[in-house]
Amino acid sequence: MKFISKYRKHKFAAPLLLLFALTGLGLTFSVASATEAPKAVDAAARSTLIEEGQQIFLKGCSSCHGLNGEGAAIAPSLIGVGAASVDFQVATGRMPMQDMSQQAMRKAPVYNEEEVAALAAYVASLAPGPRAYTNEEIEWERDGNTAEGGELFRNNCAMCHNFAGQGGALTQGKYAPSVMGVEPRHIYEAMITGPQAMPVFSDKIITPEEKLSIIKWIKAAETEPNLGGAALGRVGPVTEGLLIWTLGLGLLIGIAVWLTAKAR
Amino acid sequence: MSNELEPLADPGLPEHIHRKADTDPIAAKRAERQVAVLFSLSAVGTLLFIFSYFFVDQDQFIFIPVMGSTNAHQLGIGIGMAMSLLFIGFGAVHWAKTLMPDQEVIAYRHEMRSEDSDREDFVKAAKAGAETAGLGRRPLIKRALAAAAGLAGLPAILLLRDLGPLPGNALNETSWKSGTRLVTDPGDRPIKASDLEVGGVAQVMPELPVGQKRTLENIAKDAVLLIRLRPTEFQLDAERLSWTHEGIIAFSKICSHMGCAVALYEQTTKHLLCPCHQSTFDVTRAAKVIFGPAARPLPQLAITVDSEGYLIAKQPFTEAVGPSFWERKS
Repeated sequence: MKFISKYRKHKFAAPLLLLFALTGLGLTFSVASATEAPKAVDAAARSTLIEEGQQIFLKGCSSCHGLNGEGAAIAPSLIGVGAASVDFQVATGRMPMQDMSQQAMRKAPVYNEEEVAALAAYVASLAPGPRAYTNEEIEWERDGNTAEGGELFRNNCAMCHNFAGQGGALTQGKYAPSVMGVEPRHIYEAMITGPQAMPVFSDKIITPEEKLSIIKWIKAAETEPNLGGAALGRVGPVTEGLLIWTLGLGLLIGIAVWLTAKAR
Repeated sequence: MSNELEPLADPGLPEHIHRKADTDPIAAKRAERQVAVLFSLSAVGTLLFIFSYFFVDQDQFIFIPVMGSTNAHQLGIGIGMAMSLLFIGFGAVHWAKTLMPDQEVIAYRHEMRSEDSDREDFVKAAKAGAETAGLGRRPLIKRALAAAAGLAGLPAILLLRDLGPLPGNALNETSWKSGTRLVTDPGDRPIKASDLEVGGVAQVMPELPVGQKRTLENIAKDAVLLIRLRPTEFQLDAERLSWTHEGIIAFSKICSHMGCAVALYEQTTKHLLCPCHQSTFDVTRAAKVIFGPAARPLPQLAITVDSEGYLIAKQPFTEAVGPSFWERKS
């Protein structure tokens, strides 16, 4: 105890004490909330999926999308968007949005798979819309055709998502995201629902089999090795030009300076 | 006179300072070793090139930090050749700068014109050569040679023909005729109005008669983008509105600026972007240019449905699609 009283008037004593107190408080809270979570699942097991989804919706979504999903000035109506939209937006972490920027971006999802399923069931109950899919239903490995998928991708997707699926810029801060590392069911759902600025590619325009081919091509592009040196982000002349104009010309200027410098 | 300027005295050449290697044998030895190391690195690069070419499997991939999985065969060839050429140059320059003679020498200029006697000798020799060859005595050979040499130049001029023929009216025409069905691209399936949802797009081509194959020239002119909006969202005049069908509007996909495929459609803003130079067209106002270098709206294709309900072109394009050209009518 002598050790503590000796330093109690030290200039770092107060900040350190505050840090300990806050850490303790935080730990207590996280332990308390962690023990609370299983209770919520128990409650869900008692109620139906739709009711659970409604509870999540009221807590997490209704402040922007309205108490009945009717939408508001800052968020669109969710009536009729279907389970596919919810599964795409929430399971890829786009919703709930981090901030009110131009575009919701992909991030670690806030809700787990059961919660997403419940939310999707609730939104689908508002009005019929495209249904959600599971990765097992999307049989791209069996039914897709890589070459056909490549042709479809170049014709329908490449103008926004880049010829190698790396994504690209749109207007006013919006962008088409990279399609690398996206779960097959989310690619499929994006095509049938047209999230954010993306248009809808209906099943009559791009048939379900053709959609599987597109997914197969994307999966092939993900594992495509670099045949000729560094890929430079696979975005074509922009990074290539940047590298030549900075590194390439810089090297040439350096050599020119060295050539003309007087030796000592 | 105090303000009369004195001519500047010639300062002469600056004092010559010798390099360290000129005076210090240890420094000279060090420079020699450096040059030798640079040349040896070049040799190592050449050996790496040969080794990679013959002994590294073409399907061998290795992981390089930053670059990712990379083809080892190509990487070895590239690095080997770069080392081989660069280090010969670096070595030669370092050698010249540190060890080669350092004296400053003066190279005098000479008159370019040859001596008169040399010039006369040349004329004499040329005349004697022509005399011995008998050009003057054998006019048949002389004329045949002139004809052959003259004709030999002709193919170079004839090849200019391949710059033509002139396109004629081809730039003003596309394969779209009145009643041509719109088919998906790829897939070639005819489309019904109900196939397209609001907010949906479709890349389409004109349907071809059975057995006919689509050429690249046709694809470059015929590509069309179908977009479906809510009919209330259009701000079109009566004629252009009659060219749409239940909210479906069709535009040529070929940019009026440089001919890129315009197909970045933003469902939220109803803007159509060209990926090459960011020309932006407003779909609700007949593809009016609202940003970027394009000078004209995208040509709109008038569409309707046939008796079976499939989308068809009501009439051909009323203007030439794609970028400007000299003979363009509008």
